[in-house]
Amino acid sequence: MIGGLFIYNHKGEVLISRVYRDDIGRNAVDAFRVSVIHARHQVRSPVSNIARTSFFHVKRSNVWLAAATRQNVNACMVFEFLYKMCDVMTAYFGKISEENVKNNFVLIYELLDEILDFGYPQNSEPGALKTFITQQGVKSQVQSKEEQSQITSQVTGQIGWRREGIKYRRNELFLDVMESVNLLMSPQGQVLSAHVSGRVVMKSYLSGMPECKFGMNDKIVIDKQGKAGSNDDGAKSGKQSIAIDDCTFHQCVRLSKFDSERSISFIPPDGDYELMRYRTTKDIILPFRVIPLVREVGRTKLEVKVVIKSNFKASLLAQKIEVMIPTPLNTSGVQLICMKGKAKYKASENAIVWKVKRMAGMKESQISAEIELLPTNDKKKWARPPISMNFEVPFAPSGLKVRYLKVFEPKLNYSDHDVIKWVRYIGKSGIYETRC
Amino acid sequence: MTDSKYFTTTKKGEIFELKAELNSDKKEKKKEAVKKVIASMTVGKDVSALFPDVVNCMQTDNLELKKLVYLYLMNYAKSQPDMAIMAVNTFVKDCEDLNPLIRALAVRTMGCIRVDKITEYLCEPLRKCLKDEDPYVRKTAAVCVAKLHDINAQLVEDQGFLDTLKDLISDSNPMVVANAVAALSEIAESHPNSNLLDLNPQTINKLLTALNECTEWGQIFILDCLANYSPRDDRESQSICERVTPRLSHANSAVVLSAVKVLMKFMEMLPKDLDYYGTLLKKLAPPLVTLLSAEPELQYVALRNINLIVQRRPEILKHEMKVFFVKYNDPIYVKLEKLDIMIRLASQANIAQVLAELKEYATEVDVDFVRKAVRAIGRCAIKVEQSAERCVSTLLDLIQTKVNYVVQEAIVVIKDIFRKYPNKYESVIATLCEHLESLDEPEARAAMIWIVGEYAERIDNADELLESFLEGFHDESTQVQLQLLTAIVKLFLKKPTETQELVQQVLSLATQDSDNPDLRDRGYIYWRLLSTDPVAAKEVVLAEKPLISEETDLIEPTLLEELICHIGTLASVYHKPPSAFVEGSRGVQHKRLTSSAGSGESVESPDTGSAAVSEAPPTVIPSQGDLLGDLLNLDLTPPTSTGPPPTTAPGMQLGAMDLLGGGLDSLIGDESEPPPIPLRTDTPQSPQPPHQSPSPPHYSPTEVAPGNHTGSLGGDIGGSPAMGTGFGAPPAAMPASFNAPISGGLDDLFDLGGGGGLTMGTYIPPKSVWLPAMKAKGLEISGTFVRRSGVIQMEMTLNNKAMSVMSDFAIQFNRNSFGLAPAGPLQILTPISPNQSIEAALPLSTVGPVMKMEPLNNLQVAVKNNIDVFYFSCQYPISMLFLEDGKMERQVFLATWKDIPNENESQFQIKDCHLNSDAASNKLQGSNIFTIAKRTVEGQDMLYQSMKLTNGIWVLAELRVQAGNPNYTISLKCRAPEVSQCVFQNYETVLKN
Repeated sequence: MIGGLFIYNHKGEVLISRVYRDDIGRNAVDAFRVSVIHARHQVRSPVSNIARTSFFHVKRSNVWLAAATRQNVNACMVFEFLYKMCDVMTAYFGKISEENVKNNFVLIYELLDEILDFGYPQNSEPGALKTFITQQGVKSQVQSKEEQSQITSQVTGQIGWRREGIKYRRNELFLDVMESVNLLMSPQGQVLSAHVSGRVVMKSYLSGMPECKFGMNDKIVIDKQGKAGSNDDGAKSGKQSIAIDDCTFHQCVRLSKFDSERSISFIPPDGDYELMRYRTTKDIILPFRVIPLVREVGRTKLEVKVVIKSNFKASLLAQKIEVMIPTPLNTSGVQLICMKGKAKYKASENAIVWKVKRMAGMKESQISAEIELLPTNDKKKWARPPISMNFEVPFAPSGLKVRYLKVFEPKLNYSDHDVIKWVRYIGKSGIYETRC
Repeated sequence: MTDSKYFTTTKKGEIFELKAELNSDKKEKKKEAVKKVIASMTVGKDVSALFPDVVNCMQTDNLELKKLVYLYLMNYAKSQPDMAIMAVNTFVKDCEDLNPLIRALAVRTMGCIRVDKITEYLCEPLRKCLKDEDPYVRKTAAVCVAKLHDINAQLVEDQGFLDTLKDLISDSNPMVVANAVAALSEIAESHPNSNLLDLNPQTINKLLTALNECTEWGQIFILDCLANYSPRDDRESQSICERVTPRLSHANSAVVLSAVKVLMKFMEMLPKDLDYYGTLLKKLAPPLVTLLSAEPELQYVALRNINLIVQRRPEILKHEMKVFFVKYNDPIYVKLEKLDIMIRLASQANIAQVLAELKEYATEVDVDFVRKAVRAIGRCAIKVEQSAERCVSTLLDLIQTKVNYVVQEAIVVIKDIFRKYPNKYESVIATLCEHLESLDEPEARAAMIWIVGEYAERIDNADELLESFLEGFHDESTQVQLQLLTAIVKLFLKKPTETQELVQQVLSLATQDSDNPDLRDRGYIYWRLLSTDPVAAKEVVLAEKPLISEETDLIEPTLLEELICHIGTLASVYHKPPSAFVEGSRGVQHKRLTSSAGSGESVESPDTGSAAVSEAPPTVIPSQGDLLGDLLNLDLTPPTSTGPPPTTAPGMQLGAMDLLGGGLDSLIGDESEPPPIPLRTDTPQSPQPPHQSPSPPHYSPTEVAPGNHTGSLGGDIGGSPAMGTGFGAPPAAMPASFNAPISGGLDDLFDLGGGGGLTMGTYIPPKSVWLPAMKAKGLEISGTFVRRSGVIQMEMTLNNKAMSVMSDFAIQFNRNSFGLAPAGPLQILTPISPNQSIEAALPLSTVGPVMKMEPLNNLQVAVKNNIDVFYFSCQYPISMLFLEDGKMERQVFLATWKDIPNENESQFQIKDCHLNSDAASNKLQGSNIFTIAKRTVEGQDMLYQSMKLTNGIWVLAELRVQAGNPNYTISLKCRAPEVSQCVFQNYETVLKN
């Protein structure tokens, strides 16, 4: 199990050091600094073994988090824990930076004591932790006995993510389907790989302990229902279903129920949380197509023409469109002409950045650039990194649709109809690259 | 909040100031001071001097302050054990507090104070907390037992905490269960044989129930624990699998991977024809792919594990090639791992895509990545034959880029492609030679030299090229030196006239001017070989090379099995067993997969295509593995030693050394003491145990571990099996027995044998010289084989033509087609003085290790005496192997004759034989060839005969004898048609003598 946990600033100074096991000595803190943070070569692995101690590290802005162990621990768990720790810290004091860590070091020690015991991760849901570890010191003095046992039962209980007795005047639900489309396309326009990784993010403001059921146009479910009910029904509704390759759920979702019935039922945490993540690869709507044309004119000039085509309903608008066209390292000057938006050569990024604020569906736009190059005697050819693109569209590129989200709270007197529900679809670019 | 100010106190006299503040009356000031102390502690300052003052602050209602003091205590209690006692009272009191959070805090902190004196005081509070009404306290107390066990295991056992802990597995609260499982698993690891985690179906059921309810971390503990359980039968393992599969949809990748571990392990138990087995295989792919969209660090762990899973069960991910394509922004460690998996998944179906990708990668920036991509192209060529041509042209394109490291890497892989597809792509040699100058890495230089040597006859200026390397011979690395030596010897054997000077030069450089024993030894071997028998040298050095295997870098199967049991853990990230990086006893038990009873094939996947790969042994050249196996059994002990019990210790190198050194041990002196080589003095009554070849898994002629004699010899003498024939380790040592006097009269029998007068006159071929004196430092061996009343004997005449006395004889055979092996030691009791000759008979058994030889009846023998080890090969008449009970029933004969397919029939002519059919039948019977029936058709006698070989193979024959015609026709039918040729030769010799 985890033997020790250290947080360093970018210089390698220790900000937090907590040792859980006897086999991790004080020198481990220095070993990591010397061999990884101060290492002359770029670190080639997130796991390093230094003098028989294994270190796992992640970096958040300029802060290093490292876990040390001398046993055969579950490596995946250690990384998951490090991310979780980042989540918890972010939930408490925002961005993880040297300043914030220093300002909250007492709190961090307190958290570390709670979420990791003898190197075993314990309940680390920020919602639950916030009930008894607070930045203002401790609530314990003012707590009644009932409150205390409520806290402990929540921390250890089956529904560790929600406390009892939540009340809202207005029961409201916000549901965001956020997808990122990832694409790798060959210069000839052939899709080398494409997938959508999506998240269903919820904000729930519901009273009591509501039982929720979430439904979407999952192909397996629709097909099953089509078979069970009359065939007409399925055909009439004409609903398109999507094939989900795989999905993972927040721990509130009853996985065994999903496995057997493929229904998603849960008691939601209060406030913000991510209900599920999913991945699809079939029938993805690729919102944009990038057509590159690169021509080398002699040794000192490069002509680049890039066309982007929007490929969705004309009534919809894409936003925040950004195309990054990489340029060689020896670029000396760039002349740009674009039909829409603004384009700029950014020497620091070795790229031409072309920004378009809005673009409707079924449109086309183009940029041409003349790149002048300094003559070099470097034999190695320019590697031609891919052209990448960012955008935001108001639909789900995977085709996912929310069919229902039902809320039942038998103990309180509100019904599914009384809950105000909001659904929003956001499609974003993930790694959206076209080779040139 | 500006707690950061506490980090900036660096003034002198700080400790003194802090002391004052800690003793202040004001609560706020006290708290501030403790914070400062903790901050100093964090940055590594020694604040242990403040121990009593900090401990004084412990008695407080302020929980935050209390926690800080506890933190301090945990850090310094060990260095101040006496003072730590002061804290005990507070702990005991806190354990009785009304607030469960405080009770838990006390019990949690207590366990972290590693002071013996204190632990005793803690037993009572801990016992109470284990039975606390509040689950939060119980779950904390469960972990505390593990802590206490780490400090004082005996105490925990004496106090009966382990039983209480076991009871907690049945607790109503899932988190308590999870922590109890974690604690028990950890304690059990340090007591490998205690049945502490007594996993039975009932507890498993409890764990599976808790699995559905506890936190993500708890699920990991439980799944990791489940993985250690061995279900009783396939039904139980299926039902566990069914309850574990829902975990594959968990958001926490550690839960997913631990579930994968359980499934991979329990799947071994499931019969493959089960529908559920196929369903399970399908269910495993999507979650593994999803792991690749996690954060890069997790991706890395996942990829390392997928690498193992793909080797074990390639079918799971065979359609998922695309997800392993490298993204431009992937961290380098993710890129390299993806590349590895891409090659493993490459197949004919996806090769075009893979190649296009690899070509793309070869133009990237990161040098390691580019190199690996180039290497991957070569591996694709070797793996997927259809793509070889495209791979080669891609590699040539890359060579044209003239990027130095790309060129070098490409040459290294092209060498492997040449090995795999001989005589196919040699046209590119010219292009390669153009880049000779730019090669500066040993591996690339060695590869190029190998190519030049191997194809010397096609490269006009091969001698010039090699000569240019020779100039800086001593500055080259060993790898290059060895390769250069071999290449020049090859060149010499191919073009002897022009290169004599060159070969002289390299041999003297290697033998006289070098300090490297490997190089020197190889030089001497070549030298002797070339000076004594150039023909043999040619056979050895230019022997045909075995094909290189398609899969490289495979993890050795037993290690792979162990690693599969450790999926998700560090071991799976390092690809090393835990014992390699964990100290002490903890977690170093070797885990093995348990497969369903009696089905060794359970490893195989339902689709046979790619599955076979997973079973392939890691050795790339199987024959080399065999040879190494032989060497293990090498036994050249002096006859006097009775020897210790058989061992197959991996002392391969020593054994090999002895082979080369030639009786070194006896030269050194003490004969009665067995030399420190792996001994195997028993007769091979039992089949040899399978050998784990210790040779490096990725093998190519240039990649030979220096210092490893066997490796370098087998590897570089043309990377050939020639070792078996040339220097071949005649294996399976079997000292033989013989008493010289007995053989005296036997010689006479030879003459009688030809007479045919005796009914049982077994034909015994005359002795022939097997080992001429000039090749064996004066020892001449001639011999023959006889079969007498069911016992095969090797009869030898040993003639000492040297000037000195010879003694300490021992003999060994290499593996051979029929498993011939000495049945006892070679007994030559008296030393042979100069010009004396001595007879020896060695009884043979046929239960030795088997390897097909060419020709089939070839036998390679090593004889050792006090001077050296000598090797020779001889051929034995196959009739030695015909059993006395080789007469088949007539009905059986008929049925068998019909049953054997016609393509197994071979026909031969025996010319100039003047016996009639009865005489022939008689004569043959002496050699255990039995006539079952005789038929006369149109003046032609047809004899139907049968014989049975020692390994149970039956040979059926039809011999046609026509009166007056000296030419016989013989048809042989056998299920193993390879033996026919041998049997025919035997007929011929028997009938003509």
